[in-house]
Amino acid sequence: MGLIENRFDKNIIVTSADYFINWGRANSLWPVTFGLACCAIEMMATGMSRYDIARFGAEAFRPSPRQADLMIVSGTITLKMASRLKLIYEQMPETKYVMAMGACACSGGPFVKHSYSVLKGADLVIPVDVYIPGCPPRPEALLDGLMKLQALIKERTIAKQSV
Amino acid sequence: MNIQEIADKLKGRFGDSVEFVPVATGDSFIMVKRESLIPEARFLHETPELYFDSLMCLTGVDYPDNFTVVYHLFSTRHLHKLVLKVSGAKDSLVQSVSGIWPTANWFERETYDLLGVKFDNHPNLTRILLPDDWTGHPLRKDYQYPKTYQGCPCEI
Repeated sequence: MGLIENRFDKNIIVTSADYFINWGRANSLWPVTFGLACCAIEMMATGMSRYDIARFGAEAFRPSPRQADLMIVSGTITLKMASRLKLIYEQMPETKYVMAMGACACSGGPFVKHSYSVLKGADLVIPVDVYIPGCPPRPEALLDGLMKLQALIKERTIAKQSV
Repeated sequence: MNIQEIADKLKGRFGDSVEFVPVATGDSFIMVKRESLIPEARFLHETPELYFDSLMCLTGVDYPDNFTVVYHLFSTRHLHKLVLKVSGAKDSLVQSVSGIWPTANWFERETYDLLGVKFDNHPNLTRILLPDDWTGHPLRKDYQYPKTYQGCPCEI
């Protein structure tokens, strides 16, 4: 939740502002460079010219979580990494979004049973907006997930939410 | 040299502490006593016609009544291989061979980390893969899976 949210009642100005703000947010998602395992290879491929994530305004992979607003959890999360995952998520400024890329980040994937060292899904530690299945997902799937996230962002509003 | 000749040579030097175990499928191996592991390893390493200069793999096995440590040796000069095994009770110490093959340093740390085999005279026997605050040794048969780790749930 950013600074501007939950301050205004719902009216025609807010609705127009929503449209503009969401347009800006959805089309300039800056992912934090957070490759954990083999899914990161597909994420890198998505960033390159053949699949070109820049078409969706998400090509600026930031090395610092403080400059990013999207975390693509791409790969197996070990328990050793889980606390770092949470720390990096907390370091990202509002508003922030999380995509769980691949079977491991969604649910633990092939490690869901009989693994002593793997976290069974990113959503046990941080809130996840979009789940992308696959092992690993193809770049098209990642782009599809990104478009789903953009659709989610475009539905959001800065107006006060009725309780 | 084949493994029979190597076993005979080792037997000639160390006698009954060496036991040659032929296996029909897979690698035949030489079982040695825990107490005489270091002189025998040094003999295998330093004798010119054996010259096992490379420790390819060191790992451990959790059997019901003992731990067995397995050494896969290779000679880059003579191109022969040897499987060496040493077994001991679960809480007994196995002598570290890191003074003979430096690569054993990390192998033994891994075996200690995952299986809990304790190596005597190791320069730094600490965990190598798992975090330092981990409890237990996961590849043991009686390992209890953790419920949480650092506040993160381990089960769904």
